[in-house]
Amino acid sequence: MRTRLRKWSLWLGAAAFLTLPLASWAQLSTFDIETRIGAESHVGNITGHAKDAKADYRRYCVGCHGVLGDGNGENFPWVDPKPRDFQLGVFKCRSTPTGTLPTDEDLFDTIARGMDRSNMPQWSTFTKQERADLVAWVKHFSPRWANEKPGAPITIPPEPEVTPERIKAGRDVFARVQCWKCHGVQGMANGPSAATLTDDQGRPIQPFNFTEGARPKCGDTDRDLYRIFMTGLDGTPMPSFADNIKPDEAWDLVFYLRTFMRQHSKEKELAKQLGLKPVDPNAPAPAASGQQ
Amino acid sequence: MRKRSMRSRYNFAAVLSAVVLVCCGALISNQNVSAAGEGKITGTVKLEGTAPHMRGIDMSKDPYCVKASASAPAHMENVVVGSGGGLEHVVLYISDGLTGGALTAVPSEEPVFDQKNCMYTPHVLALDINQKFKVTTSDQTTHNIHPNPNPMTGNIPWNQSQPPGAAAIEKSWKATEWIPVQCNIHPWMHGWFAVVKGPYATSDASGAYTINNVPPGSYTVTAWQEDLGTQTQKVTVAAGAAGSANFTFKGK
Repeated sequence: MRTRLRKWSLWLGAAAFLTLPLASWAQLSTFDIETRIGAESHVGNITGHAKDAKADYRRYCVGCHGVLGDGNGENFPWVDPKPRDFQLGVFKCRSTPTGTLPTDEDLFDTIARGMDRSNMPQWSTFTKQERADLVAWVKHFSPRWANEKPGAPITIPPEPEVTPERIKAGRDVFARVQCWKCHGVQGMANGPSAATLTDDQGRPIQPFNFTEGARPKCGDTDRDLYRIFMTGLDGTPMPSFADNIKPDEAWDLVFYLRTFMRQHSKEKELAKQLGLKPVDPNAPAPAASGQQ
Repeated sequence: MRKRSMRSRYNFAAVLSAVVLVCCGALISNQNVSAAGEGKITGTVKLEGTAPHMRGIDMSKDPYCVKASASAPAHMENVVVGSGGGLEHVVLYISDGLTGGALTAVPSEEPVFDQKNCMYTPHVLALDINQKFKVTTSDQTTHNIHPNPNPMTGNIPWNQSQPPGAAAIEKSWKATEWIPVQCNIHPWMHGWFAVVKGPYATSDASGAYTINNVPPGSYTVTAWQEDLGTQTQKVTVAAGAAGSANFTFKGK
């Protein structure tokens, strides 16, 4: 009895010592998680079941995301950015407002898209059914889905025609809400606050550099760009601008951001013709134009 | 082997049932506190010994902030000591003894958490569960307001921008927690949402505080300071008289 107790306390002590530096918030055990094995996902007309994804997760995902879904897989120490902690239910790529759960489609798309400039590859090799099952599996790690509904997706108006005026207006939005504080006046991720950014776990993180040809983590279509700054990337320093950029202005900003990107685009061509200069970081902040 | 593990399981069950019994007992004994009449708890919070040095803040990242704080250079606000050793920004609340309406009532006033001269005013905002509050900006520079609660508690992190002239953001929190809040654009900006259940108070510049709306009864009052931790005291509030509890934190 006594030796048994001692052994246990030794193990407990060792476990506590080893897990402390990881500073993880995760508190759930396999037992807690197993209670939600019936989790489902609904993507289009496909219904995903968590229990059907167990084998795929074990084979392809567990190395980084871990048995408990807390991002503490065996690759954790060598992976940067760190794997997502599914237990927290906090996700970067959402179509829903900041502070809300993503929709099943959001997670479904993220699995297929992968995360550019991270260790998360594109899992487009899975069938749609397998991906839907994995979405349900991801959801079953967090108690949040049992207590909350996903947020209502933001509405994105149809994309207008690109015009020189819109690009100029986009530059004004860029100056007004001060995107350059982190992303830099030329989108080179060298703004005054870029060097000190940290994610929600206090780990250093870099703003997106528009000029090096990489894809934004949450997609690279115009609609994706629109969604990124209107919902924010939760868990990172990127806030939501939904309260401060009107839908029409948001499209202007999308067009202006395109002018930074290395890829050839109509916006880039127009900006060249206009001779647009980067915004002046020392100019006083422009007044809000007819804010609500 | 099996016998041993069975025995330890019985032991565990015995301990568990004892704990449950004690908890039930505590719950029942607390129910004799009546909610009739309204009293208050007052006192002061002091710091004994030398106050820790609060570093000055270099705001050169943002020229607006440098200009805005030129007349009163900003310092870190983790431990703010006023005249006579009074400790500011300490949150005081009743951690045990409250029941019924006095515990569950949510104040209707909406406190304001302002971003002014690239600092948070107040540095610590105490709130009741589900109490609405407003986040405003008085600055001519863009802030992002980024509270970072533990989502496991039920409080969900969010992150919103507030450019100059932006409208106030109205929010509330679902669970008790000390929630750190920061601005990623100005990394020195750091504050707290102190979410508690029931009546609360925050100590002022002289360290004085008053918790209002406390019915007569005996309570445990807890004082929380972000760097110096928590202290508790037993306080009795008689009908028509204020309870009193003074706290002294030790400087490191």
